Amino acid sequence: MGFLKVSSPHAHGPMSTARVMRLVLLATIPGLFSLTWFFGFGTLVNVLWASITALAFEALALKLRKRPIAFYLNDYSALVTAFLLGIALPPGSPFWLIMIGTGFAILICKQLYGGMGYNPFNPAMAAYVMLLISFPVQMTTWLAPQGSFAGDLLGPIDALRYCFGFGRESIDAITMATPLDVLKQNNSLLIEDLWQESAQLGHFAGIGWEWANIGFLLGGLYLLYRRVFTWHAPISMLASLTLLSVLFYDGGSSASGGSPLFHLLSGGTMLGAFFIVTDPVTSAVSNRGRLIYGALIGILVYIIRVWGNYPDAVAFSVLLMNFAAPFIDHYTQPRTYGHKLKDQQGGKS
Amino acid sequence: MRKIWDIHGGIHPAENKHQSLLKPIENAGIPAQLILPLAQHIGAPASPIVNVGERVLKGQMIAEAKGFVSAPVHAPTSGTIAAIESRVIPHPSGMSANCIVIDTDGKDEWIDHHGVEDYSALSKLDLVDRIRQAGIAGMGGAGFPAAVKLSTRDDKPIETLILNGTECEPYITADDILMRERAAEIIAGAEILRHIIKPNKETLIGVEDNKPEGIAALKKAAEGTGIEIVVFPTKYPSGGEKQLIQILTGKEVPSGGLPSDVGIVCQNIGTATAIYRAIQFGEPLISRITTVTGEACGQAQNYEVLLGTPVQYLLDKSGFDKENCIRLIMGGPMMGYTLQDTAVPVVKTSNCILAPTVAELPPPPPAQACIRCGMCAEACPVSLLPQQMYWFSRAQEHEKLENHQLFDCIECGACSYVCPSNITLVQYYRASKAEIRQAQQDKIKAERSKERFEARTARLEQEEAEKEAKRAARMAAAKAKAAAAANAPEASKADIIQAALERSKAKKAEPADPAQAAIARAQAKRDGGAEEESPQEKTERLQKLLASAEKRLVAAKEKLALAQEQQSDNADAFATAVSKTEEKLSAIQKELSEHQASQAPAKTEPAGESTDPAQAAIARALAKRAGAGADESAEDKTTRLQNVVATTEKRLAAAQQKLALAQEQNDANVGAFATGVEKTQAKLDAVKKELADHQATLGENAAAEQATSDDPVQAAIERAKAAREAQANMSEADKIKQTLESLENRIAKSKEKLEAARAAGDDKAEILADSLAKLEDKLATAQQQLSQT
Repeated sequence: MGFLKVSSPHAHGPMSTARVMRLVLLATIPGLFSLTWFFGFGTLVNVLWASITALAFEALALKLRKRPIAFYLNDYSALVTAFLLGIALPPGSPFWLIMIGTGFAILICKQLYGGMGYNPFNPAMAAYVMLLISFPVQMTTWLAPQGSFAGDLLGPIDALRYCFGFGRESIDAITMATPLDVLKQNNSLLIEDLWQESAQLGHFAGIGWEWANIGFLLGGLYLLYRRVFTWHAPISMLASLTLLSVLFYDGGSSASGGSPLFHLLSGGTMLGAFFIVTDPVTSAVSNRGRLIYGALIGILVYIIRVWGNYPDAVAFSVLLMNFAAPFIDHYTQPRTYGHKLKDQQGGKS
Repeated sequence: MRKIWDIHGGIHPAENKHQSLLKPIENAGIPAQLILPLAQHIGAPASPIVNVGERVLKGQMIAEAKGFVSAPVHAPTSGTIAAIESRVIPHPSGMSANCIVIDTDGKDEWIDHHGVEDYSALSKLDLVDRIRQAGIAGMGGAGFPAAVKLSTRDDKPIETLILNGTECEPYITADDILMRERAAEIIAGAEILRHIIKPNKETLIGVEDNKPEGIAALKKAAEGTGIEIVVFPTKYPSGGEKQLIQILTGKEVPSGGLPSDVGIVCQNIGTATAIYRAIQFGEPLISRITTVTGEACGQAQNYEVLLGTPVQYLLDKSGFDKENCIRLIMGGPMMGYTLQDTAVPVVKTSNCILAPTVAELPPPPPAQACIRCGMCAEACPVSLLPQQMYWFSRAQEHEKLENHQLFDCIECGACSYVCPSNITLVQYYRASKAEIRQAQQDKIKAERSKERFEARTARLEQEEAEKEAKRAARMAAAKAKAAAAANAPEASKADIIQAALERSKAKKAEPADPAQAAIARAQAKRDGGAEEESPQEKTERLQKLLASAEKRLVAAKEKLALAQEQQSDNADAFATAVSKTEEKLSAIQKELSEHQASQAPAKTEPAGESTDPAQAAIARALAKRAGAGADESAEDKTTRLQNVVATTEKRLAAAQQKLALAQEQNDANVGAFATGVEKTQAKLDAVKKELADHQATLGENAAAEQATSDDPVQAAIERAKAAREAQANMSEADKIKQTLESLENRIAKSKEKLEAARAAGDDKAEILADSLAKLEDKLATAQQQLSQT
């Protein structure tokens, strides 16, 4: 038997794509736990159903494209998309809504572009935006947070029931506007009064919401620690969002856009910062590029939340910046060893 | 504490160095056969200076350096040269190259060698030359001839001398063990290098912090020398020359530049040891320390190996387990290359032989899609964007690759190491580099052939343009003349000027090259011939023909006269030729007059009733020429008669001479000679009378005759006559000599004329060239005759 003829390097690091994806899935646990604690089992059912459908769609697409199904399903990328979409959708969403979402994400946003690594837009966010535009009623029906598993919190059976369309009528009884909605609709009360009037607003950014965001922050910090991504994009997004909300915070008038803490801990801020903005495929590639990319997303989030028509804006902002990522890459090529930055920039066109 | 800089990126692969450090350096011994590639270094291969069958001694030079960037090869032990042939060499491609094969004799007999007592007394040039003669090439891996690196220029002062003891590749411990066991030699080598380079700031030895024993040994040996041991955190690939320079000095070697550009010279510590042994003991580079390691080796350790030792020999010594090993690597796991054949030898750059088990370095899994995670960019020590380059490489976007500094990639493999999708990034870059280099070569080739093609096209176009211009000029001239006949003189003048301008333009367009000009003229002529002739052109052509026919007639007559005079056998043939030429001449004359006659009404018709002065002038001139042509028969008769008179006179003279001679010698033939003289006299008288009669009839045309006496033909005939008269009393040889002289004169004149005609761009040049060639032929014949007589 002869020896292998392979080119260097012969050693390989421990990291694999599947491992990266598994780490991402693992990091969603604290956030998922918070969501379940405050909003019941709706989100878990979302995630479960989204995972099943996403894997099915992925397998279907791979079969149609004549690719080895097991090999590609093993990279866990479809599961990550399913998790993110399931988390972003309102708890207890109907099964067809979730299915349309995963179908759009996997078939159109990912496989039609050539599969993993080739998609210009974040599939979960593209699907979320598509659903938000197409089914605004279902997409803005959030459950009221409860604060514990006690009381009339959505149990696992009920969650499944709601999801698959039995007794959906009664779900209205336990829904309410999200804190971002409340703030958006408010035009007469001072922030302080608003907080007192709306019990669900909790301490900073709404009961449940605060904790969900803190959960995703923890997950994100874990991924950062495991070096799954660099700090550049998420930190710069949070920094620009904080900066804008500080600059425009007027102490709590009725026209206020909300406090910096409110912005950091409500809606999809932390999920976006650590799980969406860090999506490597659709973001800028260099560290400098990621700083710019993250900062612009933070700015867009604030602008749309405060002056736009939609209460939350992470999905829109991410999609808009997905467009801009190649452009950012073009201007943020790092300085190579032995080169002067000026020469290098001049050399490209 | 000294300031240490950090390099971008880098990785921390499992070191696996301890396995081979358990035992000290062991001498690997002398294998039965040594295989020494002629190219063990970067640069031109060495050139063998021994023959097959020759006995060589240890340390004897067996191949000399070829060129500046090259290194000689020495016999690592005594033995006989078994072969100089192509063998498999250590190379990623598994290719073969010329090697000198030595059958060792086990005596290990040294050649006479001695070191330098005090190197500091020697000049830099002397020391560098000794290093060159010792065949020392960089022993860290690249194998750049050490002497070349040390040949620094005085105008580029060196600030820092760096010795590289980093050894950042996993598994390899050759430098580590060298530091542990031979620190003093390293320091001694460093001092020699310091003496050669004379760094004006410092001498540093850079070592990663994972070699505490080596560092301690070096520090001890370096005490009091001023050589600083700089320890820095372990990170791959800190041992790259450019990376080490950045870590120790914060300076970056400019892209495409050399360390000396930033005042730095960098050498491996193994090289320093080799330099020490070369200078101190006069030992050339014939062995090195090589790590043999990997779990498939029963005992991993470092060997002092003779260069040329087959890898199989070392594996056998190390308890190699073939069953457990699917890849054999020369070098480390990051930058080493796989070997296909265990017969390949250890060379100057072979720092490690790695025989891992399957579990240790499993075969690469299939690559997944790139998710642009950017881990490769994080790991890249030269701040490239590997994943971008990967996409460009797959799409073969060479320009973008170059804009992304593909050629600054040091192929360290850090990007591939971290890639979660197992993409063989470095392989893509290597392939793209080769493609771009090939494309550059092809581009140069294509540009050359493009130039050739363009030059050819331009040449053809120019020729075509010349033809066109000539054609246009002829057309314009014909039109102008026709217009002159038709229009007012003022208008025709303008046209004539226009035509003249065009002609001069066409002339200017002519290239300077006479050969090309001749070809163009010939082509133009041919083209012109194919075209419909204008009446004017026909007239001109006929007149030209007439003139040349006249000339030929004169020449033929001359020849005839000469032949008759010499009573040559050819006289009859000449006479026929003359009559034929006369016939031809008259035919042409007839054709010309007919043509002119047919043209006359045509020309006068458009002119209408008004008598055009230009037309009249042309007609007069034509008539005159036609008249002159007709007169020629009378003229000819005169000359013929004159010729006959001349020849008869000559014959008479000759006959009289002979008679006188006969009388003197009382020859029996005197009577016959006397009769001959009388007859000749009678003939002469008759001819003279005829001539007188003929001239009398021509009396009226005396003025015309006077004019024709200026005729060159007439003049030529007269000259010929004079010459013949002069020849009458000459010997045969003298006559021929005379002929030769005249021919030479004529040739000279013809040449002058030809040159003048060419300078003026005259069409006659062709005719002149023709006649010149004929004259030269004649000259050659005459010379032959002369040599025969």
